[in-house]
Amino acid sequence: MGRFIATRLLQFPLILAIIYLTTFFLVWIAPGDPFTRTDKKVNEAVIKATKERLHAQSWYQFLGHYPVMMLKGDLGPSLTYEEWSVTKIVGDALPVSVTLGVFAMTVAVIVGVGIGALAAVRRGGPFDWFSLSVALVGISLPSFVSASVLFAIFCSQFKIFPIGTWGSPRDLVLPGLALSLAPMAYIARLTRVAMIDVLSSDFIRTARAKGLSRSLIIWKHALKNAFLPVLSYLGPAAAATLTGSFVVEKVFNIPGLGQHFVNSVLNRDQTLILGTVMIYSVFLLALNLLVDVAYAFIDPRIDVTAKA
Amino acid sequence: MSTMTSPILRPANPASERSSRRLSRRLHASGRMLIGGGVLALIVLTCLLTLPLTLDAPGQDHKHPAGPLYFDRQTPYLSRVGPHFDRAQYERASGLPQDPVDSSLAGRISLWFGTDTHGRSLLGRCLLGGVISLTIGIAAAAISVVLGVAVGLLAGYRGGWIDSLLMRSVDILYGLPYILLVVLFKIALEPRLGKIGLGPRAANLVVLFLAIGLVSWLTMARVIRGQVLSLRSLPFIEACRAAGLGEWRIFTRHLLPNLIGPISVYATLTVPQAILQESFLSFLGIGVQPPIPTWGLLASEGLIPGLNSIHHYWYMLIAPCALLSVTLLSLNFLGDGLRDVFDPKREAAKI
Repeated sequence: MGRFIATRLLQFPLILAIIYLTTFFLVWIAPGDPFTRTDKKVNEAVIKATKERLHAQSWYQFLGHYPVMMLKGDLGPSLTYEEWSVTKIVGDALPVSVTLGVFAMTVAVIVGVGIGALAAVRRGGPFDWFSLSVALVGISLPSFVSASVLFAIFCSQFKIFPIGTWGSPRDLVLPGLALSLAPMAYIARLTRVAMIDVLSSDFIRTARAKGLSRSLIIWKHALKNAFLPVLSYLGPAAAATLTGSFVVEKVFNIPGLGQHFVNSVLNRDQTLILGTVMIYSVFLLALNLLVDVAYAFIDPRIDVTAKA
Repeated sequence: MSTMTSPILRPANPASERSSRRLSRRLHASGRMLIGGGVLALIVLTCLLTLPLTLDAPGQDHKHPAGPLYFDRQTPYLSRVGPHFDRAQYERASGLPQDPVDSSLAGRISLWFGTDTHGRSLLGRCLLGGVISLTIGIAAAAISVVLGVAVGLLAGYRGGWIDSLLMRSVDILYGLPYILLVVLFKIALEPRLGKIGLGPRAANLVVLFLAIGLVSWLTMARVIRGQVLSLRSLPFIEACRAAGLGEWRIFTRHLLPNLIGPISVYATLTVPQAILQESFLSFLGIGVQPPIPTWGLLASEGLIPGLNSIHHYWYMLIAPCALLSVTLLSLNFLGDGLRDVFDPKREAAKI
């Protein structure tokens, strides 16, 4: 196991380097110079100073120098938000997004797995149909609509939750709920299908014959096995949720990282794009590794170290 | 508990029960497909058949004497519907010309969903928006079928370094945030399309079709590769190779027919995804440009004034969102049903 984790960790720099190169060239080949602004004229001296600081007199100098800066923990100055460094922007926004994302994913996993498992146990019954329809609606509704409807009902109409504040646990509830809807629906569907498979397998019948109670079989033995497909979905889903959602942040006015993913691209803020993409990739890689390790703990038969 | 038929207490499967359950599963799946397909056909046909009406040009209003197309035309002030139209205030203001009220049947039907902030008929905009949203979905699905199947076939069949190269590229593209790819496609392609003689509106639409299609083929490529990997090792493909058939012939005559199932399933599931992605881009303001409507754009138009001003335009949300959800629901139903019917592995696993 230790060796498996070590080899995966050794692959990280290589994959991150390729993602860095791809992002860099995608942004650099797009027409227009990232250092000039379309909305206003920038002082020549400022451009020159920024270029000098980033070693960006030519693209290959910047390409070589920026990773060195990143390793030192300096992501450079933002090209659109003057006076702000990318490290500061990401450092301020990431904890907010991670807090919200962890809350949302916890809700999504607990509720989604619960609904999916119950639907599988009562397969074909009214609860199954009800949860299936709710899950499909959850997948079909654009996130900006579900978030805004939640906002309109609970913030504007009934004033149960405060509007546009951030800091107390109360502010977490609604945006967290809005953020958790889509993964929750997906997890419920995955759990249901996997659970139906597992419930008809031999070891469940054996457990039943041994006289184990029904709830113990469902919630411990069956669910443990039905959780595997959910687990493989959790890696990328958690990476996306933990790094923030533009829509939820915009609707609930939260200072998270999701807005920077979109705005940096729209503003062609080269350093901020590279910074956010690298953060996202690190999350994705780390969470996928975590999922692979968790596999081995949940199902000891799975040998993650084996070659595919 | 004894009254409930518990799956845990189910007896071992005799052969007869197995076949009857398979039949019921197929019927179950085809029932879902029928509902999904029927509702979808209804929506698509309504949107398409009313296209001549929504793109109709001859009318006039006091702002556009030349007469804009119907979906962009303002209805007479007095017949506008919506809580924010203060009729009394309008009647007090004498400066405005008294528009004649359109009392024909078509005029009344066009007000069923109310009018938007500019006084345009929401029904007309929803119908044209449906055509554009669905075209985006279908274009994305078509591109993802062509690209995804080509890459998946090549990677799965050839194996070796081609497989590693193609699949690692897919992995890296998965790792990049998709919004970055879409926006960069737009920046790179839009001016070039303008140069070859497309108008700005047409260029905007074509770029969106391409951009969304070009980021949605990744899942298809992975699924097809997996399928080809398992097909490749089967005796009939080996027999083809032993008989000296060319690679192209094996691809088109022997592999492709066996891939129809997964291809159609993932194509139907790509359509709703593409429509949702377009709605997200429209919400950001980088999707289809107004006044051309799409369902996503209409939903975001209903949203933004509702959030920022004291007026509540919530009613503008209902029609596009309901249409969007019902369409996506029926597409998901159709795709799930297809998957249950076509995918032999899933069926075997469930019995």
